[in-house]
Formats: sequence, structure tokens, C-alpha cells
Amino acid sequence: MSDLLAARAQMAMSLGFHIIFAVLGIGMPLLMVLSERQWVKTRDPVWLDLTKRWSKGTAILFAVGAVSGTVLSFELGLLWPAFMEYAGAIIGMPFSLEGFAFFTEAIFLGIYLYGWQRLSARAHWWAGVAVAVSGTISGIFVVFANAWMNSPTGFRVVDGKAVDIDPIAAMLNPAAFTQSLHMTLAAFASTGIAVAGIHAWMLRRDTSSPFHRAALKVALMIAVPASLLQVISGDLSGKFIARWQPVKLAAIEGHFETTRGAPLLLGGVPDEAAGVTRHAIAVPKMLSVLAFGDPDSEVRGLNDFPREEWPPLAVVRFAFQIMVGLGGLMALASLWVIVCWVRKREVALQRPLLTFLALLTPAGFIAVEAGWVVTEVGRQPWIIQGFMRTADAVTPMPGLVIPFTIFTVLYCFLGVIVAWLLWAQIVRVRPA
Amino acid sequence: MDAPVLALVVAGLIMLAVNAYVVLGGADFGAGVWDLLARGPRAAAQREAIAEGIGPIWEANHVWLIFVVVLLFSCFPPVFAHLSVVLHIPLTVMLIGIVLRGSAFTFRAYDSTDSVVQRQWGRIFAVSSTITPVLLGMCVGALVSGALAVPAEASFVARFITPWWSAFTLTIGGLGLAVFAFLAAVYLTVEVQDAGLAEDFRAMALSAALAVGLFAALGLWFGRDTLTATTRALLTNPAAIALQCVTGVAAVTAIGALLTRRYRLARTAAVVQVSGIVWGWGLAQFPALVPGVHTIASAAAPTVTLRLVLIGVAGGMVVLVPSLWYLFRIFKAEPARAFERVDTAEHRLPE
Repeated sequence: MSDLLAARAQMAMSLGFHIIFAVLGIGMPLLMVLSERQWVKTRDPVWLDLTKRWSKGTAILFAVGAVSGTVLSFELGLLWPAFMEYAGAIIGMPFSLEGFAFFTEAIFLGIYLYGWQRLSARAHWWAGVAVAVSGTISGIFVVFANAWMNSPTGFRVVDGKAVDIDPIAAMLNPAAFTQSLHMTLAAFASTGIAVAGIHAWMLRRDTSSPFHRAALKVALMIAVPASLLQVISGDLSGKFIARWQPVKLAAIEGHFETTRGAPLLLGGVPDEAAGVTRHAIAVPKMLSVLAFGDPDSEVRGLNDFPREEWPPLAVVRFAFQIMVGLGGLMALASLWVIVCWVRKREVALQRPLLTFLALLTPAGFIAVEAGWVVTEVGRQPWIIQGFMRTADAVTPMPGLVIPFTIFTVLYCFLGVIVAWLLWAQIVRVRPA
Repeated sequence: MDAPVLALVVAGLIMLAVNAYVVLGGADFGAGVWDLLARGPRAAAQREAIAEGIGPIWEANHVWLIFVVVLLFSCFPPVFAHLSVVLHIPLTVMLIGIVLRGSAFTFRAYDSTDSVVQRQWGRIFAVSSTITPVLLGMCVGALVSGALAVPAEASFVARFITPWWSAFTLTIGGLGLAVFAFLAAVYLTVEVQDAGLAEDFRAMALSAALAVGLFAALGLWFGRDTLTATTRALLTNPAAIALQCVTGVAAVTAIGALLTRRYRLARTAAVVQVSGIVWGWGLAQFPALVPGVHTIASAAAPTVTLRLVLIGVAGGMVVLVPSLWYLFRIFKAEPARAFERVDTAEHRLPE
């Protein structure tokens, strides 16, 4: 394994690990405060039980999310020092603001978890709200920084150096809105669907449990709107990359020749050498519609770009299809739930829907991972689109396969422990 | 503000964040050391007091480190890049320590009530709490001694190992550990209610104070060649002498207050003393950020970035300061208030 590949693997693994905790760290506090609100309003102990379990889960997930986030902040330099030297002054702004948001989240989580007996019910609930809000804001700022790597703005390059830096323009780069919207909705959709899925599974065995009914209800309250809005957000993201990252779009769609009225290819395998996508079903003009909202618009193909600027085609296309496929299933489940709501049928009694939701439990997380593969691998060979290549950013430190192996083993260990703790201490414990 | 002043202000802010990390986060590490060393009939009670003292505030205390990192790469990007390259190995080991420590602490709190499992998590928490400060100290030692000025064409060992592996850096690593342990023990004397426990932590604090003195003396001995002439000149200028006097007086006061069991005074004096050590380090290498490579002026980001980051920090402080004050007021100032107990026995989950 070359050092560059090891560095990329370590970064991918660290991000892939952290993103799960980040997503849950945004979604879980919202579930927690919605449930506590019900407890304060109804004084039904089921809601207190639920709130306590979810806050316990949040505590465990937050701790691992915080340390893996700390690791990432160092890895930016440990693995990509040249990138940070180039970009630090340009994108430091969202990172600094993220620091404050994260700090606020950590403070109020401490207050929330340990303050049950020290605060009034109202103050305690507001502490939970502060955790949920600051966690969401913190995620948005980090995505702003990543978006800049996809659509770098707010500077000019003179003699290989960035000059005329405008950190505000860099922070509010063109991708910032679409990307942070997509990620925030993904966090709520994934968490909501996962929690709904777990309790749907439990309800299949015990339909009468008031505990699981309560949990399912709250989880669907965030899962349904987020999953449906995500479809619109995904369309915005697609239109964005059509303009700003045409190579990424072409790679995602397996689209080689620049054409007007380009078809949308479903399935199939991109053949890089031959320059065609084989065995795909073509939907006429659909790609032009999706990319530019006009059936006759021109969509640029991969052949318009030098081959050394192509990302790995198969990986990007495959990941994209997983993301869209799972997102589609989540939206479908959400529509089904809405039909139940409209017909005033209780979701907890719809066995086929419960089974569908239970099967979708991991769907959001897999879609999030696949989505990050599309964003990050789809930008290769660039670390800063059009300005700096990933290969030029890597540290001169040799033997990077060693830290990669160590962190992989460490994170596997942590992942197993967290899964076990959530299961043994939260899911398995019988409702009071 | 013009560029040089701005850069100076941001560098000062970074030092303040380092200072906060040392006196707050450092004490959490130190508490882990005492968890490891808990002895005698009250060992279990000591560990419990430690967990209670850290519990609500530890997540917040450790964000100061992220702050330092973020300010450094936004405002002095070449310094961040340089440190990340030459200190790759110790920083990586330190990160592993941070990961294990943070997760083990939480796992211990939420894992089964089985004492064997709890003990294992406690052991991981304690051991990683001990290793991490040593590495942090070694990195600081390497930085201040000027050893990080290595050319890119140097051999692997000369570039990636020698700078941070010497008698001097190891001594500073020991000093870091002793300082953190000292802070933790002093804080705990104030926080425990039980007089016997207070005595235990007092004894720990005094032994740690002794270790701080020993490592400081050793550091001066091993550093006699590495610390450059400029460093020595700086340490003899009036501001530095004043700072050393304050540190010295605070150290004597802390020990005196511990001996006479005036714990609140000891806590204040210990914070002043340790802050004095932190700023003494800053002064010793001023105005260099990486001695021999980068100074505050040479490494600073463009003025617009510095100015915006300062505005961002000022705005963030408006949220942060009241929040922190609230956190510490709730958990460190008053005993639990008798609010309606919502988690009565029948509602409580098994802890």
C-alpha cells in the first residue's frame, strides 16, 4: 500500500467512523427533547423511561463522536499538511465557528445528563434543546468547510499561493447550502429511520407495548419529513454538481459522450477503457431533465475531460446508486406512514409496514456512507477541486500504513463496544 | 489593529486556550492518574470522588484542545503543518490515548454494574490518562527546545524521531504529568465532603508538588545546552523575572496552604502557579512559534483572516462564557438542589 493510499484510507476510515456518531449526535438529541416534552406535558412515565434511554445513548455516542472528531481535527494536519497550509487561512472561519457550536453542545450535554436533580424541569428541557440546536449548527459549519473543497471560492492564486483571501466568501461557497442541507436532512432521516426500525422490530413481537409505540411515534415524526425533503434536497445537489463539478456528475451517471437530451442510465457497469456504460437501462432525456431541468440541455461527458482528472468511475457510480436506492426506499416507507396517518390507521398495527421499517434500520447510515464516498471519491484526484491534487497534499511521513492499521483496529474495537453497550444497556433493558 | 498586533493578539488567545486546557482538561488527566494510583482503605471512595468530579464537565474541558488546533491552523497555517509533520508519531500516540481515555470513561459510567468490567474500563481510562499528558509534555519540550527546526532532507530518524525523543523532552513529559496530577489532587481536596478523603488527596497533592519541583529542576539541567542563548536572555528580562516570581510565590503559597489545610486558597494558588508555568513556556520561545522556523509575524495568516477569526471568537464568547459559567455554577458551586426528583426509584434505569 502506497503512503498516499494509506493516508486516504485512514482519512476515509476516520471520517466513515465519525460520521455515524455525528449523524446520531445530531438526530438523537432532537428525539430526546421531543420525548422529554411529552413527559413534561403528560407525566406518563413511559416518556421519562424513553427520554432517559435516549439520553443515555446520546451520552455514549457523543463521547465516541467527540474523541473521533478530535482525531479528525489532528488528522487534517497529520495526513494533509500541505492542504492545511494552503487552505487553513481560507476555511478556518467555519472551523472556528464549529468549535464554538461544539463547545456549547458539550457544555449543555453535561448539564442535561447530570442535571436531572439540579435543574427545574423547564431549565432541563431547554438544556436539551441547546444540545440539539448547537449539535445541528456544528454539523452545518463542518460541512461548509467540506463544501469549499468541492467549490473553492474566496481567493485567487498568484504564483501557487492563495492571495486576496475572503474567508466569508469561502465559507458561503456555492456548495455550502446544498451540501449542508443534504447532510442535515440525512442526519435526521437516518437517525429517525434507525430508531423507528428498532422499535418497529420490537412491536412486531409485542404490539401492545406502550413504550415501543411511543418511541416509534417520535422517531417517525422526524424520519418522515426528513426522508421526503431529502428527495428535493438530492435534486438540488444534483443540479449543483451539474454546474460546478461536471466530471463528478458524469462519473456518477456513467455518462461518457457530451450530448443534448442525455438519457439517464439505470444500473450497468461503466467500462473505463472502452468509454461506455454497459448493460444499463436508458431513460431518454432524463439526465438532461434532472441536471438542468430542460430535456434538451447539454450534459458534458467524461470524454470532454482529460483521463487523469477522472475519479474512479465504478466506485463513484456504485456508491451513488446505493445512496439513491436506499434514500428512495426510505422515502417510500415515509409515504406509506403518511398514508396510515391520513387514513387514521395506527402505524404500530401495520405489520407489513413494521417489517419494512425494521429492514430499513441501517439504510440511512449506509446511504450516508455511500453519499460521502460520492462526494469525496467523486472529487478525486483533487483535494481542492481544480486547485490542489490529493497526491500533492499528503504528508512526507513514511510508513502511513501503520497508523492506518492502528486506527482501524481501535475503531473496530470501539464500534463493537458501542454497539454492545447500546444493545445491552438500552435496547435489551425491559421497560419499567 | 494592524497586522503585527493582530497576530500577537491571536497568539495570545491561543496561549489562553492552552492555559484553559491545562488547568481544566489537564486536571481531568491528572484525576485519571490518581484513579490508577488509588490505594488504601478508601481507594474505592477515591475513585468515586474522581468520577463525580470529572463527570459533568469533562467533555467541555476537552474542547479547549480542539480550539487550540483550530485557531492554530486558521491563523498560523504553516506552524500547524510543520508541527503535524515532525511530531506525527507522538501526536498519533497522544490521539490514541485521547480516544481510549474519553471512551473508556464513558463506557465505565454506562457499562454493567459488574465491578470486574467496571475495573477494566477504569484501568484503560487510568492508563491512557497517564500516557497522554507525557506525550503532550514531550511535544512541548521538543517545541521549546528548538529541536523542531529540521530540514526536509534529513534522514527519517533525524526528522521524525530525534526532535521529540531526548532526555529533555522526556523530562518535560514527566513535568506535564506531574503538573496535571498536582492540579487534580488539589481540586479534589476542595470537592470532597469527607475529611478522610480530603486528607488522601492532600497527601497526593503534596507528593505531586514534589514531583513538579523535581522534574522542573531536571528539565533545567537537561535543557542547559538545548535552551538557546536567546531563550536564556528572554528568561532574564524584567517581564520574565516578574512572571517567575509570581509562579514561585504561587507555588510556595499552594504548598503552604495544603500543609495548613486551606484548600480553597491552595486551589487558587495552584491555578496561578500552573498558569505561570504555561506562560513561562510561551515567553521562553517568544516571538517564535516554532523556534528556528516560524515566528508569530512570519507564520501569520492574512490580516482579513485574523480579524474575522477574532470577531468570530468575540461573538462565540458571548455564547460560551455564560454557558460555561452556568455549567460550573450548577456542578461546582452548590450542592444538588431539592428539585422534584423525576428519576425516582421505580423509573430509574439500572445504572
